[in-house]
Formats: sequence, structure tokens, C-alpha cells
Amino acid sequence: MSFINYSAREINCKLVYYGPGLCGKTTNLQFIYQKVDPKTKGKLISLATETERTLFFDFLPLELGTIRGFRTRFHLYTVPGQVFYDASRKLILKGADGVIFVADSQVERMESNLDSMQNLEHNLAEQGLHLDKIPFVMQYNKRDLPNVVPVPDLQSALNQRDVPWFEAVAPQGTGVFETLKAIAKLVLQDLRAKA
Amino acid sequence: MATQNLTLYDEDFTRINAVLGKLCADAKGRAVFLVDKNGQLIAARGDTAHIDTTSLASLTAGNIAATGGLAQLLGEREFSILFHEGEKDNLHISVVSGKVILVVIFDNRSSLGLVRLRVKKASEDLAQIFKDLSARKDREAGQLRAAFHAHLAEITDEDIDNLFKS
Repeated sequence: MSFINYSAREINCKLVYYGPGLCGKTTNLQFIYQKVDPKTKGKLISLATETERTLFFDFLPLELGTIRGFRTRFHLYTVPGQVFYDASRKLILKGADGVIFVADSQVERMESNLDSMQNLEHNLAEQGLHLDKIPFVMQYNKRDLPNVVPVPDLQSALNQRDVPWFEAVAPQGTGVFETLKAIAKLVLQDLRAKA
Repeated sequence: MATQNLTLYDEDFTRINAVLGKLCADAKGRAVFLVDKNGQLIAARGDTAHIDTTSLASLTAGNIAATGGLAQLLGEREFSILFHEGEKDNLHISVVSGKVILVVIFDNRSSLGLVRLRVKKASEDLAQIFKDLSARKDREAGQLRAAFHAHLAEITDEDIDNLFKS
């Protein structure tokens, strides 16, 4: 649910990074936080456990610039990936304008990717939403590891909708901004289409 | 879409700010915020210069969402008021009309009783504003609304690409 403030001439949108535990959602945000001009970002907030596992969410506000006189702001959230935090995931997903699914490319994490994708579809359906209807992109993370699933196999397992997808190595930043740019563009196009 | 976008115009913003300003003064609060349930800051009044308002909005919404989840577990619709007591500053958080979140930060110059009393009145005023807002939305496909949406519709792919040039 975007929030448009005509008085302040601002467009605020919410983007949610979804995916299984340890797939690199928080790492995506951390990389963005490190690289973005301090003037255009707020604080990176991480509600995490003592072992740095996301407990509730990470949050990073970003200002991308002005578009036709409107300041364009994106609020980036990650969900906690671990299976038992489903109640928290549902809360964070509420009002999302766009979703990024971060898949862990390692062979042994394939099952978790599929479970998480199913969980995403289920939680969206509870809000009356569907992945076909909202801006959605895929990121295949950890491409630098030796035991990765080939991209065509990931595509057929996770991306039957054929949404934009990106290979990534989040700690090095590979694919991180490409993913963000793609989802931001889809969200703004979606907003325009609904105008 | 299951949810509708929240859209505010100058007149709404002015009315909201007037209510928040009055609440801040009457409750002897340090600062007052209005946040939507998704964590977007709608308006703020008072001494906000030293507060990270964006983070405050996001965390408040997370707090309300988590508490709402707890309420439903217990069969309550929601817990509509939260109070956090600190050594110097206190937070009073309440849900208005089930839609927006009103946050008051106050110190020992005020009291919980006074804040609760003033919040009650302000909540009624805010509820009326949001009622008018949704009534207007239903009534008019509205010139102002249409004009601004036309403006949004004019956004080109090039405009969007330009955002990322840096």
C-alpha cells in the first residue's frame, strides 16, 4: 500500500525481501546501506537475535530522488526467514507494494526455497493478493559457492511466472542493486498503471 | 487489491496537523506523531528535531502489528493502547479508527492520565478527518484526485530510469 502525500509531494512505497532462512535478505540490505549516499538513506534497523538471525525485521528507508516533482522513497523490509517466525512474516508482508524473493542457490537449500515460495504465496493469499498481480522479482543468491543449482533449474522450479531474475553474490554486492532497481521500476510502473 | 492506497491532500494535512499540534500542547507532550499501519509517517508535531522519525514510524507500526497478533491469539480484536515507560521519556501509542497510529512522547512535565485524556479527544477529531477522507474518496472520483493521478500517469520509463542514474 503506497502512501502518496500530495501536500509534501512524496511517494512512499514498501518493498519486502522474502526467502528462506540464511538466504541473504539482510545481507542485501546491508550492502545497499553501505553503498548508498548517506544523504539519501536513513538508519538500517535490524531486530535480530544475539546470533544475528533476523527476529522480526530489518528496515532501511531509501530516497531515490525526484520524479515529476515527487520525492520517491522506498522502505525496504526483510522478513525473518526461519520457518517458525511465520506470524511475523505475515505482519511484515502487509501493505507491501513489491516483493523480492531471495533464493539460496545451494543444492541443499532447494527444498527450503520451495517451502518459502509456497509460504509466500499462502501468506499473500491471506491478504487477497497473488504473485501474478503484484510487482515481483527473483534473486538467485550465493552464485559464488561451489555447489549451486544451475540457473535453468532454479528458473523452472521457482520462476514459472518468468518475472525478472538476477544472479547475485550479496556480500560482494553482485546483483544487489540490479534487483532493487528492477523491483523499484515495477512498483512505479504499477503505481502509474493504477493511476 | 485488498488494500487501498492512502492519499492525503493539503486540506487533510492541514487539519491533521492542527489536531496534532493541539494535542501536543494540551497533553504537554514533547512530540506527537501520526503513522499509518504500514509504518509510513503521516505527520509529526512538537520537538522532532532529535528524533529519527522514519525509524520511529516503522518500529511503532511493527510494535502495533506484533501486539495485534498477540491480541488475536487471545481472541481480542486488538489492543488499542500501548504505554512504554522510560526513565525520562514515555511513549503512549494508540490506534485511531483501526487505521492509523497516534504516538505521543512525553516526559515528567506531563502525566499518563493527562495524555490519555487528551489523546481520547484528539482521536475523535482524527477519526472524523479519516471518515471525511474516505467519504470524499467514495463520493468523488474527484478533480483534484484525478488531476494528481493524471500526473502520476505521466511518469515515463525514462523518468523511472533517471532515478537510478548516479
